[in-house]
Amino acid sequence: MLLEVQDLRVEFATRDGVVSAVNGVSYGVDAGETLAVLGESGSGKSVTALAVMGILDSPPGRVAGGRILFQGHDLLTMGREERRRVRGERMAMIFQDALSSLNPVLTVGYQLGEMFRVHRGSSRAEARAGAVELMDRVRIPAAAQRVNDYPHQFSGGMRQRIMIAMALALEPALIIADEPTTALDVTVQAQVMDLLDELRREYQMGLILITHDLGVVADVADRIAVMYAGRIVENAPVKELYARPAHPYTKGLLESIPRLDAKGTRLSAIKGLPPNLLRVPPGCPFHPRCPRVRDVCRKDPRPPLYEIGQGRSSACHFWKETLGDAGRR
Amino acid sequence: MADRGEPILRVRNLVKHFPLTRGILFKSQIGAVQAVDDVSFDLYEGETLGIVGESGCGKSTVAKLLMNLEQPTSGEIFYKGEDISKLSGRALKAVRRNIQMVFQDPYTSLNPRMTVGDIIGEPFAIHPDAAPKGSRDKRVRELLDLVGLNPEYINRYPHQFSGGQRQRIGIARGLALNPEIIVCDEPVSALDVSVQAQVINLMERLQNELNLAYVFIAHDLSIVRHISDRVGVMYLGKLAEVGTDAQIYDHPTHPYTQALLSAVPQPDPEGRDTRERIILAGDVPSPANPPSGCRFRTRCWKAQDICAEEVPLLAVPERYKDSDTGAKHESACHFAEDKDIVHA
Repeated sequence: MLLEVQDLRVEFATRDGVVSAVNGVSYGVDAGETLAVLGESGSGKSVTALAVMGILDSPPGRVAGGRILFQGHDLLTMGREERRRVRGERMAMIFQDALSSLNPVLTVGYQLGEMFRVHRGSSRAEARAGAVELMDRVRIPAAAQRVNDYPHQFSGGMRQRIMIAMALALEPALIIADEPTTALDVTVQAQVMDLLDELRREYQMGLILITHDLGVVADVADRIAVMYAGRIVENAPVKELYARPAHPYTKGLLESIPRLDAKGTRLSAIKGLPPNLLRVPPGCPFHPRCPRVRDVCRKDPRPPLYEIGQGRSSACHFWKETLGDAGRR
Repeated sequence: MADRGEPILRVRNLVKHFPLTRGILFKSQIGAVQAVDDVSFDLYEGETLGIVGESGCGKSTVAKLLMNLEQPTSGEIFYKGEDISKLSGRALKAVRRNIQMVFQDPYTSLNPRMTVGDIIGEPFAIHPDAAPKGSRDKRVRELLDLVGLNPEYINRYPHQFSGGQRQRIGIARGLALNPEIIVCDEPVSALDVSVQAQVINLMERLQNELNLAYVFIAHDLSIVRHISDRVGVMYLGKLAEVGTDAQIYDHPTHPYTQALLSAVPQPDPEGRDTRERIILAGDVPSPANPPSGCRFRTRCWKAQDICAEEVPLLAVPERYKDSDTGAKHESACHFAEDKDIVHA
């Protein structure tokens, strides 16, 4: 396995107490594989990724436990310098908002070339040539002419391509993309997702795609980890998850989105709200919103992540019954 | 289409150009952003008209024009036969009561220093006859109850509510004056997936109970299909195609609509390898300098010489005039052709 996160815990110290944003999360990605981490805001999906990258704001954040094995080495016990070399060179991250991730007063060529100058010790001319080549590779038209342009001179889709180029620069083994297309229009989103998928295949990279969009996930992921209130509640290969969800939360999400190919009747919404992480309910964190709730769900211990088949797990006491329900279609 | 009487809102040849100027002391106009260019549509009582399009297509400008927050460069907006785009003062105030708006961002559209009661009750301060002074509190509580919030929350502040609850507050404020039309600009796009459905269901329930007409502006095509009776697709300031939800989604005839529909990621991994994708090249051109003729031609795979010369009119295509399929609806393309995208 390329990356293996084991029982990761991340806490934030706030004025109102310690918040457990990530609570025993485990997942893994193989080379050439796309893992989608699906969740709503506050589910801990981005915080997990920041911890893997080692760019958590700390304080207030802190990794409180667990292991992150990358190519067999535990990132959490690694020295600062060693970790810095891994980051950027062997793992890279793409953020949602390309405009605020790029420095507005430096040309994109300079920012792309920085990767080569810092990590490879390249000369200015070499770095510039590398930048042009990267821009070509992510299909930015007239790369040689545009290399000296500033970020604001590019459109949103082009800026996200520059972010992808930067992540690719040193041909990392793993890319983490945090909502890479959320800020983009659908036609541009399709272009960018296509590009990411193609590059993943070409370089046999592992890709962790963090998103809230069930459509994007269905299009590109091999496997899905669904997160809720800082925990993974379901883990499954993509086709099985959509055909037969094994957790009521996943099922509720799938049923709450309207369809493009038919009018449909009333949407079946999940009632209530995601919990405040300072006051996560006892037992299953989803129980106040769950249509299948029983007494056992309201009490600790929390439901463990049950192994329910080849590569599938679900943190629901009643996964069998949930699986038994007819799927979405 | 069945006869539904007079439209409640008739928009004719609406144009909004924002001038581009140069200089500080001696301003001179050097061009114009053609945000909305010759847009016409009708809205009937109790129906939902969805308007979809990508960012920069002018859909939010249409919303502002309908609300009279912007003055159109030319064109008319008739509310019950009266052109409201040129009204001002008292006459405008009277009309505005009947057309209200729900905004996209429930975090910035509610004043953080006002209580929920003050926010929802503020319309009564501007239109005192809508609710007599003594009864306002009662009316605000009724409105809270109507949108599914606890009336006891009347003295709380916006920050004490979640995004979905805030959007309910925004809706309650929109309903305060008993309007006939609500213009919603991306009302659920800032909300989490599991909360979106709650707000959509609420809006549908309110429409049935209060016979509201919605102009529902959004970029999410699935949500627009779900809530809309009719849908207009906008591209670069113009309507590309207008029809019922089944006509637009099951029988799109405009290449842009087809590309848009094929680009929507669908929550169905089974079909992902076989589904046909139309991936458009490039970006939307600048509305300050739109292409001649058909504005979509620079990204269109069907474009011919005529597309650069002649602006295609929004009309039922000649070849589908006698058709009895869903392809018989207005489409602004010289080469309109029915093509099923979402079921293929």
